[in-house]
Amino acid sequence: MGMTMTEKILAAHAGLDEVRPGQLINAKVDFVLGNDITAPVAIEEFRKLGLERVFDPERIILVPDHFTPAKDIKSAEQAKILRDFAREYGIKHYFEIGRVGIEHCLLPEQGLVAPGELIIGADSHTCTYGALGAFATGVGSTDMAAAMATGELWFKVPETILFNYYGHLQPWVGGKDLILYAIGDIGVDGARYMAMEFTGEAIAELSLDGRFTMANMAIEAGGKNGIFAPDAKALAYLEGRVKRPYKIYTSDPDAEYAQVKEYDAGKIAPQVAFPHLPENVKPVTEVGEILIDQVVIGSCTNGRLEDLRVAARLLQGKKVHPEVRLIVIPGTQEIYLQALREGLIEIFIEAGAAVSTPTCGPCLGGHMGILARGERALSTTNRNFVGRMGHPESEVYLAGPAVAAASAVRGRIAAPEEVL
Amino acid sequence: MLIRGRAHRFGDDIDTDAIIPARYLNTSDPAELARHCMEDADPQFTSKIHPGDIIVAGKNFGCGSSREHAPIAIKAAGLSAVIAHSFARIFYRNAINIGLPILESPEAAARIQDGDEVLVEVEEGVIRNLTRGETYDIIPFPPFMQELMTAGGLMSYVARKVGKNV
Repeated sequence: MGMTMTEKILAAHAGLDEVRPGQLINAKVDFVLGNDITAPVAIEEFRKLGLERVFDPERIILVPDHFTPAKDIKSAEQAKILRDFAREYGIKHYFEIGRVGIEHCLLPEQGLVAPGELIIGADSHTCTYGALGAFATGVGSTDMAAAMATGELWFKVPETILFNYYGHLQPWVGGKDLILYAIGDIGVDGARYMAMEFTGEAIAELSLDGRFTMANMAIEAGGKNGIFAPDAKALAYLEGRVKRPYKIYTSDPDAEYAQVKEYDAGKIAPQVAFPHLPENVKPVTEVGEILIDQVVIGSCTNGRLEDLRVAARLLQGKKVHPEVRLIVIPGTQEIYLQALREGLIEIFIEAGAAVSTPTCGPCLGGHMGILARGERALSTTNRNFVGRMGHPESEVYLAGPAVAAASAVRGRIAAPEEVL
Repeated sequence: MLIRGRAHRFGDDIDTDAIIPARYLNTSDPAELARHCMEDADPQFTSKIHPGDIIVAGKNFGCGSSREHAPIAIKAAGLSAVIAHSFARIFYRNAINIGLPILESPEAAARIQDGDEVLVEVEEGVIRNLTRGETYDIIPFPPFMQELMTAGGLMSYVARKVGKNV
């Protein structure tokens, strides 16, 4: 019996020839990640062990990205815990303000993710890195502390659902639409504890940025990880970023899948998820008249260069609706700089958008665009739970950057074609 | 272990933003987190609960963010356990790691009503509804997780492994 790529990576890191779904294993981790919300709890737990060193100071990554640049005194104290710990334990990959980006945009860009690696992060969207053929999953702070001490962690080998997107992508359809469509189909717990493996013609057409978006939202279907077999596009992305040797794993033809989902990409239009769950999905053509107060383009889901390019194409020469606030947040400094060089930032500012330094900020209701009672936002972020972006009586609708840009211009949720 | 308390019912897909909203995550102080436990699911929740009370919920409890602040807030609020139809995986790991008893029982999740008096016999794998005189089975934990819980959570287990006493 063959194995899926997820099973192969877990087996290799557990020193086993073979693993099966449901099996509990102890596996070595290649990288351990934490941020300014989760790492302080992990650091406190780690310090209780009284160890003089972490398992490997080059394999721990600390990214203060959530409430930074510090939004208040308490947040500044939390971020300082990471800074002090990084200095004390010689953590190589600590990213200071001005160099930091949103963690899941930053790590792949910095060459900290390679195919076949096992990465854990005390952040649920760590599953993003599966776009490069790594096994990456979100854990809690105590798990992070244990892995910082030992370089290992226990895992239950997940079953895998295979998602095959055949056919060709429609205009203005990107990774966000493909993944929202799947979540709409299987529900927010449709892949609970499972691996989500993505394949098909439309996936081959999709850019790496689009694949990061898809893997990123595996958690919104309850998934343990999202994963793609690395192809020539993935290798081109890795070129010049990852210098260490790595191994590419692909699923065997006779690998066993818990389910196989077949989607005709040619029938998938831009999608919108209604409050208050990412599974409440409709095609943008069926949303009706929904007025909005704010649009956010950014986050670990859609804060990459391609997202900004798509938004800029629709915003060029146009103005943000007078009753809408558009906030654009490039995911990293590198993305920001490239967007600046390409003239995208100029397009956003001339359209009347606010452009922010990289931060998770508004996505989780932290800062940089909190909603008041009764306000409604259309956002390229990943969650539309009650109170996610501010007041518990505010609302968040999720979509990709094309729908977001069009909606910012029209003042209501709009299809991209409406502003061309 | 015996757990006894009054039930507080919630629905399906209770996410970690509802359990502890991110606006309070600029601290990890358990007492402060406890004051906002379940705030966006029920703003009056913390004024209704008594020490030892139990949360009973539907499917996929704890979905969303990986914030360990969620089980910490529930534990620090004095709640003794969460019974649900099913749990989201990161919440499940986090609860076991910090020693918050979580019990999977679709039967109990469907039958227990708000305010019912509930007794959980953890080792026996049974939940008794004292108000209604009913008994429900608990889906047992895998042996490794039982071992982890007996060891006093993940960090005690790790401390033994690295040769330190915590």
